[in-house]
Parts: sequence; structure tokens; C-alpha cells
Amino acid sequence: MQTQDNTMTEKPKETTDPKKEKATDPAIEAGLERLTPERIRNTINQVLEKETGPRFKAYVETCMSCGLCADACSYFLSNDRDPHFMPAAKVKNTIWEMLAKKGNVSKDFLREAVRISHLECNVCKRCAMYCPFGIDIAYMMLLVRRICHKLEITPQYIQDTVNSHSVTLNQMWVKDDEWIDTLQWQEEDARDEFEDLQIPLDKVGADIMYSVIAPEPKFQAGLIYQAAAMMHAAGIDWTMPSTPGWDNSNMAMYTGDNEISGRIARAFFETAAKLRVKRIVMGECGHAFRSVYDIGNRWNSWVMPPFEVVHALAFYHELLTEGRITIKEKYKKKVTLHDPCNVARGRGLHDKARQVVNMVCEDFVDMVPNREHNFCCGAGGGVINCGPPYKGERMVNNRNKAEQLAATGAEVLIAPCHNCHSGLEDIIHHYDLKMEIKFLGDLIYETMDKKIYTPEK
Amino acid sequence: MNSFIAFIMGPMVWISAIIFVGGLLFKFIGIVQSVRQKEPYIFSYMTLKHSLRSIGAWLVPFFPKSTRLRPVYYGISYIFHILLFVVPLFLASHIVLINEAFQISWPALNNSLADWLTLVVIAALLFFVVRRQMVPEVAYLTRPSDYLMIAIVALPFVTGFLAYHQWFAYRWMAVAHVLSGELMLIIIPFSRLSHMLTAPLTRAYMGSEFGHVRHARDW
Repeated sequence: MQTQDNTMTEKPKETTDPKKEKATDPAIEAGLERLTPERIRNTINQVLEKETGPRFKAYVETCMSCGLCADACSYFLSNDRDPHFMPAAKVKNTIWEMLAKKGNVSKDFLREAVRISHLECNVCKRCAMYCPFGIDIAYMMLLVRRICHKLEITPQYIQDTVNSHSVTLNQMWVKDDEWIDTLQWQEEDARDEFEDLQIPLDKVGADIMYSVIAPEPKFQAGLIYQAAAMMHAAGIDWTMPSTPGWDNSNMAMYTGDNEISGRIARAFFETAAKLRVKRIVMGECGHAFRSVYDIGNRWNSWVMPPFEVVHALAFYHELLTEGRITIKEKYKKKVTLHDPCNVARGRGLHDKARQVVNMVCEDFVDMVPNREHNFCCGAGGGVINCGPPYKGERMVNNRNKAEQLAATGAEVLIAPCHNCHSGLEDIIHHYDLKMEIKFLGDLIYETMDKKIYTPEK
Repeated sequence: MNSFIAFIMGPMVWISAIIFVGGLLFKFIGIVQSVRQKEPYIFSYMTLKHSLRSIGAWLVPFFPKSTRLRPVYYGISYIFHILLFVVPLFLASHIVLINEAFQISWPALNNSLADWLTLVVIAALLFFVVRRQMVPEVAYLTRPSDYLMIAIVALPFVTGFLAYHQWFAYRWMAVAHVLSGELMLIIIPFSRLSHMLTAPLTRAYMGSEFGHVRHARDW
């Protein structure tokens, strides 16, 4: 696939890369049409001068271009060490150039900048662990996306999810009544299995607000069923909001639409505040966790989230170690675990995740590298959300993940994050890996003692 | 001409030392002030514990995974950075000069050892040049200023080595040595060589984000 081209130092832009011929994105092309040199210059300079500060300056002035970040990046490793894909090169081909030309860059340059920042970086921050200086390249890629957003050249599919957020406060155009319908439908189905099971809506003062991302009611309602089953069996005092603000996902965070991103997180926290819950538990999603644990709170001027935010991995750990859920019979097949960037590197939940897996499964094999050093799924950070036009190159760009998975010899891959899950499912099919993929919740649901909870009176 | 040499050997040493220390200090104050004004959130997340944890982890040789993946480059780089300070600070002839000026002194390196260590520094710099050309990902990133920085650091060591051995034009070599040393000191605060100040700061911030917020390791 890849042309081995070591003369790239001279002509980085002219490499004949088959992947670059492929997808043309109508939103990017139409957006570029509308741009004038003044607007490009003013926007770039506005963002780089007014929206950054000493942190950005230090990153730009401190990089000694040593190249140690290269080994961190799945894109670099999957593309036969093509320098174009190394983290620092992504900065060189976007930020350095914008700074050197004081914002006077061409439309071709911008087309490439959209590609680099949106499709060739998952903002997983693995490279920040490989840079001796801890330079945050993901932060700079998000700055490039911010510039693209302000220039209105964000890829079409992910922009559509942001539009949905803007209108409905959820990512998938789920209508208010559809949301409630879906919850009631799951409740009704679950009652066949668990007598008296409830998905309590808007229960003010509950211990826990359970929240999910919009793709769950849209395509994966069974996950809500499973969560309800666990809540029921564990006798948790929980609730789900019936009003907008239930969705914890946040694609605007990844397109640089910080204003909408902030609105989403604010509506989410306000929903929890309205319900006066003690804490928020969320399903197995990584980016949503990043949004409400790390990013959205900051935009709304909270140093840390105003509520205790508990990711599913930590919650499962709590349920199992406290004995609120018991495992009837351990899962037999050989499993491996993928550490999603936003909950491992982003929250250090990797050890708890392993404890849970070992409590639930008989035969666990770790992939290498793992924990904070795990390779990215290649889908997160908004990359998979740029849609089907880019799926082909996503598969090429994450070959090293396929190799890492194959080396485990596991029959089942546990991916406790929605983006990772979808991306890895594509990887498994594309590389014909003989593996099933599951959420951790799938396995807990399958193996747990499905007792019917009766309140002690 | 003699007055020029006298200036280089005398007041200019002071001037360059003041620019070096003052420049870095000024830069540091500028960064702190700018953080206060534009990005005060940085102080909300930085903790001393996690800053030191991260800097410490990255000072232990071959502890961070990244350094184990590139042991040759990292090993050479590690030794180079230590010698960059040790050789000039513990060189007998430098200590003599300082003793003359301030009446303070400290133990010096044996002269022939210092001579060898100087060669090690020069060899390390040559290695960096070769690496910049040979390793594709590094070549891709390399800008002319990268070579310029290597040259600026190399000059005082090369001229010092030649002056010590007095093989030719000793007097001029000594002048070139002093001049290039001054040049390096003056340039440090205004170039990416100022990473001697900024790298611990960026490391500390990232270490704090990882340690304090993310409860994860960053090495």
C-alpha cells in the first residue's frame, strides 16, 4: 500500500499516497470554496494568538525535533514508519507552517490540515508519554480542528453529529419522546426476566443518575437493558433523566466547537443537579467520560466535575467487590482487554478493569503493550465519527492494532468504550481476526447471578 | 585589536553571563505572568508532587518506556547533557579563572579526563548530526536551526579542545573559545536551547495532568 519514500524531507506534500486520492468530503470542499485569503489569515491568527497562551508557546519553542514521539503513534507504526504520520510531523505540517506563514496558507494546505487533525490523529495523548518534555500534541491537533471549525471545513459526518447536539442536546437526533419510549420499551422487556424491574425516570434525590451516549437508545438499546438488570440485581437507588441532558457524549469537543461542547456538558450537569443525585454513573464510553470528567467541566469553569462521575469500569468494580452483584459461573472463553485511552490514560482505570475481568472470566490474557501504553483503537477522538467515506484508510492506519490483537490468541476482545468497540469491530472484520468483541457489561450480564431484588422492609 | 581581545576576555564574559541568567529569569517570569493572565487554569492543575514525580521519572535513566525503545540515542543524549554541565563547570582552567575573580574554588576534573570528556561531547554532537540525516523520521522534522543549535553548542567544546592542546594559533583559538562560549550563553534564552528552562515546565504540567487529574503515569 505505502510507498517507501525517504526523500520526504524535500517534498512532503507530493508523496503519492493512494489513501489521499480517495475520499473527498463535500463539507470540506464546499467549505474551502467559501474561504478567502483574508478569512483564512484572520481566523488562524485569531485562534493562535487569542485562544492560546504560554502553554502553546512553550510547546512550539521547546520541541527539539528529536523524533521520540514517532514510536508512540499507531498511524506511524501502521504505515511502515512513514515520517508523515509521526506526531511531531503532524504539528510541523499544520501549526509550524501556519506560524511561519503568519496564517497565509493555501486551501490545499487547509485540506491537508483537516485530514491530519481529524483523520490521522485520535488525540489519544499516547505521544505525550513518549515525548521527554511532555509536549501535548493532541492539544495542538485540537487547536487545528478549532481553526477548521471556525473556517467551517469540518468533515461532514462529524459536523452532523455536532448539529444534532446543537439542536437536540444529543448526538443522534434522538427525539425527546423516542428517548422515553426506548427506556420504557427496555423496562418492559426486562420485566419478563426480572419481575418488578424499573428504569426510574426523573427520580429526584436518587443515589445515582445513570447516563448513556445517544447511540445506545439509537442502535444498542440492549445495553440499557443490561445496565438496568445490573442496577436491579444490585438494588441500586438510581434514575435516568427523561429530559435533554441525558446524553453524555460530546462530539463538539472533538470538532473544536468549544461553545457547543460547553453547552452539552453544562446541560448534562444541570440535569444531574435538577435530579439532586449523589453521583453520576455512565456506560462504557471513553470520550463521553473525557467530556464530563476532564473537558466539559473546565469549559464551564469547574476545576473538577461538580458531581462525582463514575465510569462503568469503576462502577462494575464497586458492584463486584462489594458483593452487590455475584458471578454465578465465570466466563470460559479466553478473553483479552483493550484499554481505552480516555479511561486508562485518562483516568487510570486499567487496574480496576483487570480486576473486574479476572472476577468475571476464567482465562484472561493481556495484550502487549497495555494499560497506559496500550495502542489506540484508531477510531476514537472523533476519527470514526468522520464517517464511512474514511473507513478504508482507518483500516490501513490501524494495522498495528490488528497485529497486537492477533498476538493475544484470545477468542473474545473486551472493549469497554463505544468508539473503541466500533473501531475494533471494523478492525476484526477487515483483518479477519477470529475474535468476538464484547463490552465488559455484556460479560457481566451473561455471567451474573440474575437475582430479583426485593427491598428489605 | 588588543582592546577587542581585552573586551572579549573581560566585560563580555560578564555581559554574556548576565544575559544568560537574566534572560532565563526574564523568560521564566514572563511565562509565569502570561500563565496568570491568559491561562490561570494551569495553576489549578499543577501540583508539586506530581510535577516532581514526572520530572523525577524522566531523570532516571531508561525508566520511561520511550527511552528504552531508543536506548542508543537516549543513552548518548543522557551522557551528553550531563557532560554539557560537568565539563565546563569542573574544568581546572575555568575554576582558576573563577578563583581569581571571586576567591572561591572547588575540586577540578583531572585535565586528561576532562580532555577525553570534551571529545565525548563532540562525538555526541556528531552523532546527533548523523542521526538527523540517517533516521527518516528525524530527518523529516529537521530544520536548519537544528544544525545551527548543534553548531552553537559544539563550538566552545571544539575550540576549547584545540586551545588546550595548543596545536596551532593558540592565542586566537583561546579568543574563539571564549567568544563562542559567550555566544552560546547569550543565545540560550532566545532559542530552543531554552528548553533547559521550559522542558521541566512542560514536563511538570503534563505530569500534573496525568498524575493529579488522570490518575495515570506519564512515562
